[in-house]
Amino acid sequence: MKLMWFHLMPYTELPDDFNKKHPSVWVDIHSSLFDPRRAHHMYNDFMDELEYAAEVGFDAVCVNEHHSNGYGLMPSPNLIASSLARRTTDTALCVMGNSLALYNPPTRVAEEFAMIDCISGGRLIAGFPVGSPMDTCYAYGQNPSSLRERYYEAHDLVKKAWTEKETFAFSGRYNQQRYVNIWPRPIQNDPHPPIWIPGGGSIETWRWCAEMDYVYCYLSYYGYKAGLTTMQGFWNEMSKLGKDRNPYRAGFLQFVGVAESRQQALDLYTEPAEYFYGRCLHVDPRFALPPGYTTEATQRAGIEGMMTKAANLANPSTKAALKATNMKDIVDGGYVLIGSPDEVVEQIRHVGTSLNVGHLMLLLQYGNMSKDVTKYNTRLFAEKVMPKVKDLFGEWEDKWWPKPMARGQRAAVPAFAPQLAAE
Amino acid sequence: MSELKTTTVEINGFPCRVWTKGSGPKLGFLAGLGGLPRWLPFLDRLAETRTVIAPSLPGYPGATGHTELDTHLDWVLAVRQLIDKSGLAGADLLGASVGGAFAAEMAAIFPAHVRKLCLIAPFGLFDDKEPAADPWAQRRDNVPALMCADGAKWTELVAPPEGANSVEWPIEMTRASEAAARAFWPLGNTRLEKRLGLIAAPTLILWGERDAVLPPSYAKKFATGINGSTRVQTVADAGHLAYLDQPDAVARAVLAHFA
Repeated sequence: MKLMWFHLMPYTELPDDFNKKHPSVWVDIHSSLFDPRRAHHMYNDFMDELEYAAEVGFDAVCVNEHHSNGYGLMPSPNLIASSLARRTTDTALCVMGNSLALYNPPTRVAEEFAMIDCISGGRLIAGFPVGSPMDTCYAYGQNPSSLRERYYEAHDLVKKAWTEKETFAFSGRYNQQRYVNIWPRPIQNDPHPPIWIPGGGSIETWRWCAEMDYVYCYLSYYGYKAGLTTMQGFWNEMSKLGKDRNPYRAGFLQFVGVAESRQQALDLYTEPAEYFYGRCLHVDPRFALPPGYTTEATQRAGIEGMMTKAANLANPSTKAALKATNMKDIVDGGYVLIGSPDEVVEQIRHVGTSLNVGHLMLLLQYGNMSKDVTKYNTRLFAEKVMPKVKDLFGEWEDKWWPKPMARGQRAAVPAFAPQLAAE
Repeated sequence: MSELKTTTVEINGFPCRVWTKGSGPKLGFLAGLGGLPRWLPFLDRLAETRTVIAPSLPGYPGATGHTELDTHLDWVLAVRQLIDKSGLAGADLLGASVGGAFAAEMAAIFPAHVRKLCLIAPFGLFDDKEPAADPWAQRRDNVPALMCADGAKWTELVAPPEGANSVEWPIEMTRASEAAARAFWPLGNTRLEKRLGLIAAPTLILWGERDAVLPPSYAKKFATGINGSTRVQTVADAGHLAYLDQPDAVARAVLAHFA
């Protein structure tokens, strides 16, 4: 099993009365809450944490894209990934990802991802989300009625830009370019960097991932219990399509807090978890459902009850039903796994096997968790949990993992001084 | 007054419903946000003395094909075909809200197609000093009061009639909202301002005095921009869809203008 360290980069100093005084953490969150001088420290802490995760042996570090968002300070994850490319050596860089329809022209994504792949020596995982309604339709003004068509077209363009050897003209419905010929080109060119698709629980997305041979990632904040129905749906669809149950076809996001004991874990992680599920997910429901964002097929499936509320990330209004904001409910609901190392080992193995997920993306920093606590959580997981779960799925080949240049062929990064060595 | 007649015309290969009722000179109606999920008392008033023809724009109740329309030109040409195929070329044209923006386009771009024009709180302009409300970013329970002075009027409009398919009805209502978004996202601004000067038809502009979507002050911008003789009339106790709030008053004003 691959263990991947994911950072959302939440603003850690939203006020205690945030939910009372402010309608939304997203889209129209007030600028007065943002102190750039504090954000200077947050960004540097967060990047330290990502580098630390790479140092202690996580298989990948993951970043993602959000806009006008108080719990996601990465409008451009590529900036962070390029820095990580210089500050890590062997760790995969998972950019989860770039919302293709937001880039004009979308070849910008092909270029920037190729840059990261070149700088890192071929360690990029290219994530292509459609993007949430808040990010795409509201913060970025994209038309919800054409968003998906734009997304699919941009995908075709980016993929062709990576793989086509000759300069070509692209005459699409939304994009017209006479000369497509990106420089640089990705190192991973057989045929292109691994493509992973974060998505909700729509059958169309599952089918598309199967057809294109991409990794499907279910990035819910609500943990493995709520994710079970979606992942079962995914695997049922794979078997209908004649695909094997290779767990590396899938990725899943899970919050974890590990400590010496369960009580100590509760002591350490209650505040950051309640901060996240309380303040960070305080999204005004008026931004949940721009008309056309959810396809009619998915609406129909939802109305007909083929999908459970919890499983439907494509329909964020259903998130309102999942409102646990106190630690007991958060833990009981499986949103955050907590416990001693052995208790977490047991839970992680259960998550892996019950969801059949080979790429586990872990949130070990959440809410207002400090750098010290984050590093503690990260180190304990790496030392005491990781060795006891890594063997899972050893019988399967991960065909969707980056294939970097051989170590000896890669550039030495002279500025690189491992954090651990200094400590 | 004749019975309500339903026919279908094809636009870009997709069906669009056309409702016809009444007798007398033809009067075209392009409905506002939400479209026409049901026939309206307002249209009955008009049908007492006129042949009311109400084609559904692509994506609105009774019609599909909005997903084929990518640009404003695509929309304008679809509406033009709809006007032609409904037999409305050269008739009086009434448009409200989103339908009002297209009625104005018809009068501007195809002046021979519109005898007299009446616009009820039309979309198409945006003033950043007086921004229009965002109809696509509303909590569900706020929508009725946004659309009508009496929110119950909106709720009646979109309520599933007896025997309606419980799966397809809500999808159809969402589709109407999507069709509006497809043409007017994000601000409702189609740069109609540039074409108002081409409108030569005598024009009546009606605006609900309590319009919560488009500020009533927008009426003046239309009146100033339109080239033909133009009159603005405010509708008391009416919101954005004034024809739902005050069917009699609005019908009287429309019929007087088209007389």
